[in-house]
Amino acid sequence: MRIVVASGKGGTGKTTVATSLALVAAQQHTVCFRDCDVEAPNAALFLHPAFDTHREVGILIPQIDAQQCTYCGKCARVCQFNAIAIVGKKALIFPELCHGCGSCTLVCPEQAISERLAVSGALDSGVTPEGIVFAQGVMDVGQPMAVPILRELKEWSATDVTAAPDIEIRDAPPGASCPVVETMRGADFVLLVTEPTPFGLHDLKQVAAIAGQLGLPAGVVINRDGIGDDSVGAYCAENALPILLRIPMQREIAEAIARGHSLVETVPEYRPLFSNLLDQISARLDT
Amino acid sequence: MKLAISSSGTTLDSPFDARFGRAAAFCLVDSETGIWTTHANPALAAAGGAGVQAAQFVATLGAQAVVSGAYGPKAYDTLSAAGIARMLAPANDAHSVAEVVALFKAGQLTQAGAASHNGHHGA
Repeated sequence: MRIVVASGKGGTGKTTVATSLALVAAQQHTVCFRDCDVEAPNAALFLHPAFDTHREVGILIPQIDAQQCTYCGKCARVCQFNAIAIVGKKALIFPELCHGCGSCTLVCPEQAISERLAVSGALDSGVTPEGIVFAQGVMDVGQPMAVPILRELKEWSATDVTAAPDIEIRDAPPGASCPVVETMRGADFVLLVTEPTPFGLHDLKQVAAIAGQLGLPAGVVINRDGIGDDSVGAYCAENALPILLRIPMQREIAEAIARGHSLVETVPEYRPLFSNLLDQISARLDT
Repeated sequence: MKLAISSSGTTLDSPFDARFGRAAAFCLVDSETGIWTTHANPALAAAGGAGVQAAQFVATLGAQAVVSGAYGPKAYDTLSAAGIARMLAPANDAHSVAEVVALFKAGQLTQAGAASHNGHHGA
């Protein structure tokens, strides 16, 4: 079972929910946690994995052998991102525009193009004290594209793990653009964490729409319940989005998160609530 | 000299467009004979790398110089590799393409010595 925790709006509590869900799930299941917020991964602060594996990742970008190139321009024409220019007897490559699709290499009639890895980030993995297999991606500063790193992160499994986990939890990046879509692809369920404010609702609608387009069932967690208004509740009722958990606004929780303590460690009364959340998700996937 | 002038329309009277990669069209003018043709810019709707695509396009038109208001680094490098001169016309005053040709003939256009700004990619 692959569960994505997403929100649209940043700071609604994705990581709070995802890490507590993982901790509770790990009591009965084998769990894999992937921090897919590669621009600013922070779930490790709460789950404390011992990182033991590190790998650089990126995209394959073209390099042109001037001896073999006939400057026919087919590579430049096939490139949808204008990452190659052929002018006269010169070939220019702009790596920052390349998406690593490999089309240029395929169409080159002279086999003059080879590919090299342009590193844009790294993957780290390790196991947490609770036995959760943890992996995160970290994008290098200044890199524009998170998706190539996410693709590798989703496929990556630590070398010492042979069996597929019972439950995989993906902590999605904020927003509603390509990295969120890529995080959701191949998942079974999307857990939408929101807050009952106009901004929370606005972004909830966007991310719920993405889940809908991908044909994924979704449910809602309302965090900081009690602030704002009830427009999120009304929206969920109108759109048959089940509200699976409400976490009230409590200063104690906020202070504990700020110190790097997970929600279920701080308020153990939430353990059965998260266990119930997991059961509700399983039940929805079984029907 | 064959000039490719970035333009927002299809005639000599059309307003000069100070953007290179995202100009609506290029007016190709022979500064000696005055013969001109106009060509829609295929890079106008490019998702990215518009400057690279526009630069290759003006190269295929046979332009020897481009007149625009600014050049990004990738457009500058591509034009430079193609051996096409990069001229700057004042971006703030409203000019027609014909007026830009007159400025060129009067020697009042400057050469761009480097890219005018950082690229737009990822911004």
